[in-house]
Order: sequence, then structure tokens, then C-alpha cells
Amino acid sequence: MSNSTLSFVRTTMEVAKAPPASTVGVVGWMRKNLFSSWINTALTLFAIYLVWIIVPPILDFTIFNATWTADDREGCLAGGHGACWAYVEAKFGQFIYGRYPVEERWRVNIVFAIMAIGTVTLAIPSVPYKKWNAIFMLVIFPILAFFLLVGGYFGLHHVETPLWGGLLVTLVVAITGIVVSLPLGVLFALGRRSEMPVVRMVSIIFIEFWRGVPLITVLFMASVMLPLFLPEGVTFDKLMRVLIGVALFSAAYMAEVVRGGLQAIGKGQYEGAQALGLPYWKTMNLIILPQALKLVIPGIVNTFIGLFKDTTLVLIVGLFDLLGAIQLSFTDPKWSTPMTSHTGYVFAAFGFFIFCFSMSRYSIFMENRLHTGHKR
Amino acid sequence: MKKIILPVLFGMAAMGVSAPSASAATLDDVKAKGFVQCGVSQGLPGFSNTNDAGDWTGIDVDVCRAVAAAVFGDASLVKYTPLSAKERFTALQSGEVDVLSRNTTWTMSRDTSLGLNFTGVNYYDGQGFMVRNSLGVTSALQLDGASICTNTGTTTELNVADYFRANNMDYEVVAFEKADEVVQAYDSGRCDVYTTDASGLYAQRLKLTNPGEHSVLPEIISKEPLGPVVRHGDDQWLDIVKWSLNAMINAEEMGVTSANVDDMRNGDNPGIKRLLGTEGAFGEAIGVSNDWAYNIIKQVGNYGEIFEANVGPDTELGISRGVNALWTNGGLQYAPPIR
Amino acid sequence: MAAQEPVGDGAETARVSLLYDPKVRALVAQVALILLVIWLGYSMVNNTLVNLEKQSIASGFGFLGTTAGFSIAPTLGTFIVDYAEESSYGSAFYVGLFNTLLVAFIGIILATIWGFILGVARLSNNWVIAKLSTVYIETLRNIPLLLQIFFWYFAVLRSLPNPRESVEFGANIVLNTRGLFMPRPLPEAGFGWVSIAILIGLVGTFFMRRWAHQRQESTGEQFPVFWTSVGLIVGFPILVFLVLGMPLDWQIPELRGFNFRGGMVIIPEFMSLLLALVLYTATFIAEIVRAGILAVSHGQSEAAHALGVRSGPTLRLVVIPQALRVIIPPLTSQYLNLTKNSSLAVAIAYPDLVSVFAGTVLNQTGQAVEILLITLAVYLTISIVTSVLMNWYNAKMSLVER
Repeated sequence: MSNSTLSFVRTTMEVAKAPPASTVGVVGWMRKNLFSSWINTALTLFAIYLVWIIVPPILDFTIFNATWTADDREGCLAGGHGACWAYVEAKFGQFIYGRYPVEERWRVNIVFAIMAIGTVTLAIPSVPYKKWNAIFMLVIFPILAFFLLVGGYFGLHHVETPLWGGLLVTLVVAITGIVVSLPLGVLFALGRRSEMPVVRMVSIIFIEFWRGVPLITVLFMASVMLPLFLPEGVTFDKLMRVLIGVALFSAAYMAEVVRGGLQAIGKGQYEGAQALGLPYWKTMNLIILPQALKLVIPGIVNTFIGLFKDTTLVLIVGLFDLLGAIQLSFTDPKWSTPMTSHTGYVFAAFGFFIFCFSMSRYSIFMENRLHTGHKR
Repeated sequence: MKKIILPVLFGMAAMGVSAPSASAATLDDVKAKGFVQCGVSQGLPGFSNTNDAGDWTGIDVDVCRAVAAAVFGDASLVKYTPLSAKERFTALQSGEVDVLSRNTTWTMSRDTSLGLNFTGVNYYDGQGFMVRNSLGVTSALQLDGASICTNTGTTTELNVADYFRANNMDYEVVAFEKADEVVQAYDSGRCDVYTTDASGLYAQRLKLTNPGEHSVLPEIISKEPLGPVVRHGDDQWLDIVKWSLNAMINAEEMGVTSANVDDMRNGDNPGIKRLLGTEGAFGEAIGVSNDWAYNIIKQVGNYGEIFEANVGPDTELGISRGVNALWTNGGLQYAPPIR
Repeated sequence: MAAQEPVGDGAETARVSLLYDPKVRALVAQVALILLVIWLGYSMVNNTLVNLEKQSIASGFGFLGTTAGFSIAPTLGTFIVDYAEESSYGSAFYVGLFNTLLVAFIGIILATIWGFILGVARLSNNWVIAKLSTVYIETLRNIPLLLQIFFWYFAVLRSLPNPRESVEFGANIVLNTRGLFMPRPLPEAGFGWVSIAILIGLVGTFFMRRWAHQRQESTGEQFPVFWTSVGLIVGFPILVFLVLGMPLDWQIPELRGFNFRGGMVIIPEFMSLLLALVLYTATFIAEIVRAGILAVSHGQSEAAHALGVRSGPTLRLVVIPQALRVIIPPLTSQYLNLTKNSSLAVAIAYPDLVSVFAGTVLNQTGQAVEILLITLAVYLTISIVTSVLMNWYNAKMSLVER
């Protein structure tokens, strides 16, 4: 064991031997992730089989066997048993605008454009002027959109709401729902955490009532019961009644989201504000709500996704949202084929998926951004 | 927060709250707002349906236009509210619409316990059955054990129950909220039979994938007098709607059409002169101008004309006059005289 | 915010103007709120009554006893209530209620199972399985439920054969556009004993479990509780059934005229509603389960292994109880969502509460106010009962903090 017998001292690192071929590369990855045990192998094979029986028919229907151009049902029937995209193309205007007069559709387009720009700039965290943008989107935009869409002023032709339809109605219901429910939700969330028993009681009853009943009964209520509640001579447009129902319904869900944010704010914040002698509303406006609302942005986005999906229910009470407009078009004899309804549903599913999926990605992105402190 | 709420409330108020309309004097309200608000169906070809340009057409729609012509002298002053079967009565009760002209069956309970008044019958209908030709069924009495698609909340659902019980037959009912869903389900093969008013069967058949493969059975199992409805308690408005319809039927009986109404007006048949307002003051008696019926016939047409234009043999529906012919031709359409 | 308690002595607080006394302000605010609520409620009720009376619309709940006169598709509800056309509107209400509860109950069970499988699959170290379930979850949860219901109903309906070309599964089970037909069990004399045997099995299991638990507490010896329970609840009744000479007959569905008659049928509306509800809700449950499992730190199972606990009991006794604590509250709200979403049945004519009662009955009677009030009350009751039960369970499961 003496060091004099040492005949060789390595001065450089030995080049590491390559790991066994079976643990690296594609093979190694597959062994580790797909075939680590016989159960895993069986599962992998089963999964591949599932993909094999599910995916090809879908691709066949939507792409390979689909008819892309046709003038009417004959063209699609001749094209085989795939989707009839020509029908979607022909009806696209109806899916987006409903029966909104063709020569007035530019008004809807302007609203869509402002909304897209406003929402995108609001959503990207690095764009400045958040506050002004938010005020614009929550206050000025709805008024502007209202006058543009309804018309009757400034020389714009009046367009009645029964003519609205398609994506327009979907967005109107969803956006109104969120714009109205946000302030209402904050109020009820504050109410539920109030020290005043009556305020708390009223808020709890309001929130739990709306959360306890299905949206469809709320819509039925709005369409058949609300007219009886109103004093004689006051009537609301049907879209308006549905909007009221949707807004109150989502306000309750929003209140619970905001309450979560309020609960996450440390007691120290309240006490600090008190120590400075700030009255209640100032404490809330300047200290608590800015922090709480920022915390619950993902929750708000998720509520919006839910609301967006729920807008489809308005078709049950006879408004034609995106899904409703698509369903309505099934009965057009010009395009009715056995594939029409499948095509329509696939298109609707795709449309909703694009909106909801991107919003849910955004919500996850914001969540990660907000939780940087807790990440390891 | 107030910054946000106020404009929204303002917007809500501006958008939805319309002028008062449910008070007793419907005529005054209608005149004040300048149009007749008319409740129609959500799309039943021939009765109330929108064409590609988005305009409402149909025999029910023409009743509304006639009322507008009587009140304003202009048949275009109508706004339409599409209503589901469920909403229609509340919409009328609450004053959302001034007149409901939506293929609604006149029954005693509706007339008496819903706060409504039926003003007449613009289409005598009856419930029928449609089946696939491939089933080889030729009579409704062969339908023992069939699945039947229908609309919920209509008289058809009750009639079909009565009919099958009376004939001691089994059946399974599948009842949908919306007419389009019934058609879709029937088209998908969920049911053997589709039942609704016979006129509706002809109208909805157009929406099937292969209309030629389906036929309507000969049996008519119920009486379905369809007519315009107004609120209970406003007799003047009731009279206006009732007589707008009667004027059209009387006009057909007297041979007055939209084409010859100007000539007829100058003729000397006293009955026609009373109808067209050149003799007597019948319009004033119901609160409108004396040429009310002239305006109706000139702009909308007589009953025969609106029938032929919307549901008659030359239309897609291809329905013959049948019981809807004038009483003088062996039908049921009979209007009290204007005298 | 907290109403501040007066800090100083009485003399000091007396000097504060009443206008600025938080207590007085709170009182005034609350009184104002009460008045506002009462005014709102009063004007609503008053308007309704005035409107109803003015237009001489019938009101009151007397209609519940009136003959309904319409038929309802064959479901468990119509079977339990024994509904026929001559039954009353009240019976129609019960049919709807039972059907809602049925679809919600089965839906909850299936969605839980499927959701747990998906949630675990998404965490699987098998790449294909994990990705497959991720794609499934992300796709289905982002498509509106109503659209999925329509899809399953109308798309699947079109692909089913008509009754004369039914698919046969053997054992007299057939599938066609009218539904899935199965033989109906007809208990014969003596079948009552089997039910009694099941009851005995249940009671026996309860006492056996208590005894086994006590024995383990005192001696440490374990008893095969699970297999004994299975034997008592399943095996014993089967034994009784066999001993009595199988007192059960089957009514077989057979094709007569348009359709199969006799036997039991599961209508396609029920199948598609259930399918859509389960597939959709399971995506949310899967995410909850995944979050719950991820929330239990690795240290827990490592510690259990270090104590020599094998992986089965580790999962059962260490990981799952802790994961459940995270899973239960959001799971409850998913259950409630499923129950409420079952009301979408109205779109495809499954006779649930909303479809039959707030749909057909409302249309036939025109008494919107009474009917919608009853419907809302039912859903609120279901919500409240579920919440109370779950809160109780939650309290039982939650960490006892010291």
C-alpha cells in the first residue's frame, strides 16, 4: 500500500464510456418510457391501438374524404362520406353574424377588431398603459360596442337583437357577462367577508342561490318569469333578459373567485391600512383589491372560459349563438346531407376549442408568472 | 367601481327597456311607438319564417301586417319577436308583444285561464302523422308500438296520448323543446313517427334529408284551430285584430283582391262599400281610420291571396284549401258580415 | 373591515360624532340594505301578483293534482312512479326528479372512476399513456358540454341501426336506435330471502369490521377484512339464491311490430346524456386528482418505506388519505356541477326534472312562477344537502391541527 509502487498517475480524465446502447437514444428512451415492465408494454400497445382506431377515422372525415368546394348538397354527396366544408364556407357569414344585415356587418367587424386589439394588449403583461386600457375595455368599449351594434343613433340603421346571431351573440353574452359580473362579484365578495351580519347574510344568500341552480333554469326564469316580475309596462328585449340572467349567475361565481383572492391577502395589509387611518373603501380600493385581483387573474380567466362555454345554453331559450346558428343551418334543404350535422358539430367544436384552449393556456401562463416566488 | 357600473346600467337601460306597452289601451301604445310588435314562431315555413333576406313571411306574419295596415295604413310597420312554444304566452301577458300570431291552437283553457283572448282562426288545422315510406304504414291505426317524436308543451303531445289510449295502442313518446330538434331526431331514425299539426308536417318535411321518402298519413286526429291571440281585458284591441282577420275573409267572399280593390272601391255594391270604408264609419268604431280594410286588402291581400301565397298548392308546402276554403265553397272560413 | 372597538374609556368615545361612529354607520348601512332587499322582494312579488291577477292567469299549486294527460318516455322514473297518462302533474314532477337523480348518481360514480383513471394516467411514466390522457383532457374540457351532448345524441343516433337490423350482443341484449334492450328480472316467490340475505351480509360486515379493528388495536393481528366483506355481501346472497333454486325469471325483449317489447330498455337519450356528462366531468376530476396526488410530498411515501411499510399499504394508508384531503372539496363542486349540468337533458328530450316539469308541465299549465320556483327549490336542496354532507366529511378528514 505504499505510494512508491504507483507506476501510473492519470493526469487527464478518462473519456467516459458510452452508456449501454439500450439506455440511450431512441431505444433507451423507449425502454424507459414505454416498455419498462410488462404492464407498461401492455399499456403502450393498448394506447397505440386506441390511437390507431380513433385518429385515422377522424382524419379521414375531416381531411382526406372531405369535400372542400361544392355548390350545394349534390357536390358534397358526390364527394364521399367526409366532412362537407363547402357548407361551412357557404354558411360562414351566418355562423359569425347570424341574420345581421349584410350591408351593416362592417359595424360588427369594427367591434370585433377593437375587442381583439384591446384584449390582446391587455393580456400581454409587457404592454404599458394597463390601467387606461382596462378602463377603456371595461367602460368605453361596451358603450361604443352597444351604439355600434344596436344603432339607431348617429345615422346608423337600427338593428334589432332578434337579427343578431352566431359568434356575435356568443361574444356579446360572454363579454357582457364578464364585464358586469366582475364589479358585482367584487361587491358580493367584499359583502361576504364583511363584519356586518346583514350584509354578509345577503351576500351569502345571493351567492349560494345562484351557485346552487343550473344555468338553464336561470335562463328559463329570464325568458318566462322575469317579464312577470317587472312592473306593468316595462318589458325587456329577450337578449337583454338573458344577459341579466347570465350576468347575475356569473357574478356569484366571480364573487367566489375574488373571495379566494381576498383571503390570500395577509392580515398585515388590513392592519397596516387601518394604522394609516384609511377608511374602508380606500383600504379596499388602494391596498387590498389591487393585490387580490392580480392574484385571481387565472381564476377570472377560468370563470370566463366556463362562461364562454355556457353561452351555448342560450340556444335552448331560442337565441342563436354560434352553436345555435350552426344547428339552425342543418335544416336548410340546400345543404342537408347525412354529413352536414357532423360537419357542423366538428366546426363548432373546433371554434370553441380554439377560444377556450388559448384562454386556458393564458391562464396557466399567468399562474406561472404570478407564482414565481414559490417555484423551486 | 361606480365608474364601471353606471355606464353598464345605462347601457342596459338604453338597450332593453322599451316603451310601456302592457297597459289597457294597447292601441294608444302601438300608435305612440309607431309599430305593432308581433310574436311569431322561430321558423315554420308558410306560417312565420324568414327568407334569405331576413324578412318575415307567412300566413301568420300576414295577419300582423294586416293589423299594422289597419292601424297605420302601412303594413310594413311591424316588428317581429320570434318566440318558443314555452315563451309565447308570457311574452303576450307581459306586454312584450301586442299580438301573438304564432300557429297557436285555440283551446278553452288557454282562452280562459291564461289571461288571453283568441280573436279568430286564420288556419283550421288538425294533427297528423308523418312516417317513412319504407315502413309500409298506410294508416295511423297501424302505429301500435311506434316511437313518436313531437314538441313538448303543445296540444299535439296531449292529442297523441288521447288518440293512442282511445285506440288501445302502445307508443313511446320522445318530446323535444324545439321544432328543429324534433325534425333532426326524426331524421336520424330515433322515431318511427313525427306528429304535429298537418300543416307543420308539410312545412317540416322540407327540412328532412330526403323529403320524398316520407309521407303524411291520412288520419287527422284533432281539431287545431290556429289563430291570433291578444291580451285579456282590452276589448278595443281585440276588435281591431279580430276584424282585421274578418275583413280579409269577407274580402275574399266578395271577390275583392289586392289587384282589383281600387276598382271595387268605386263600384256600387253596398257590402263592398261598407268593407272598403266608402260607406258608413266602421273603422272609427274600432278606433282606426275608415279605410282600414282598404289598406289591408291593398297591401296584404284577401284571405285567399295570403293562403295561396304562403301555403297554397303553388308553394313549397303545397297545401290545398280543404277546410280552409270559404264556407261558400264547403270550407269553414266564415266571417261575420260588416254591417 | 373590522368595525373598530372603542379603545379609550367611555368619555372619549362619546366625543366622536355619531356620523363617524363605525357602529352607527354599520347599523345604518345594514338597515338600508334590509330595506332595499325588502323593497326589491316586495315589488317583485307585488308586480307578479298584480300582473297575474290583472290578466286573470291561474295561480297556486292546485295544478299538481290535475291529470297530466301526456306520456313520458320509459325510464326508471316512470317505472318507480308508475306513471301513465292519467297520472297527475305531481307524478310527472316525481318522474322528472327520479330521472335527474338517477342520471346524476350514475354519472357521479362513472365520472369519478374514469376521472381517477385519467388523472393517474396523466401522471404515468408511460409516455404514450400520459400524452394520450393529456390530449383527451385538454380537448374535451375545452368544448362546451351542450355541444358534446348534441354530438353524442345526433351523431351516434345516426350510426345506430333501426330495430329490424338491431345489433345483438347475446344473452338477449340488443342495441338499436330505440335504445339498449335487456331482459327484465322478474322475482318469483322466495326471492325475498335473497334480499334478506343481502341485508344480513351488510349488517354482518359492519360488526365484523368493528371486531377486526378492535382486535388489531389490542393484539396487532390483522384480519382479511376485504375478502370477508365480499363473501358476506356478495357470496352469501348468491349461496341463498342457489339453495332456493334460483327463484328469478327473465322477461325477454322481442321484436314485435315497430320495436322490441318487454324487457328493460335504456333509451338513447339517457345513454348519450350520461356519456357526455361522464366524459366531460371526468376531465375536471382528472385534473383534481392529479393536483391531489402531486400535493402529497415524496417524503411521505419515502418515510413510510423507511418504516418498512410495503407500497400497497403506503398508498392506502399514507398517500391516499392525504391526497383525498386536497381532492374532496373541489370534487364536491364537480359533483354538484354534474348534477346541475344534467339539466341539459332538456336539449335532447331525456325526461329529467327540467325537461318534464319546467318544460312540458310548464307549457301545459302555463304556471311559470310556481313551476320554476319548485324546480329551483329542488336544485337548491340538492346543493345544500351535498354541501352539508361534504363539509361533514371534510371536517372528519381534515388535519387535526394542534
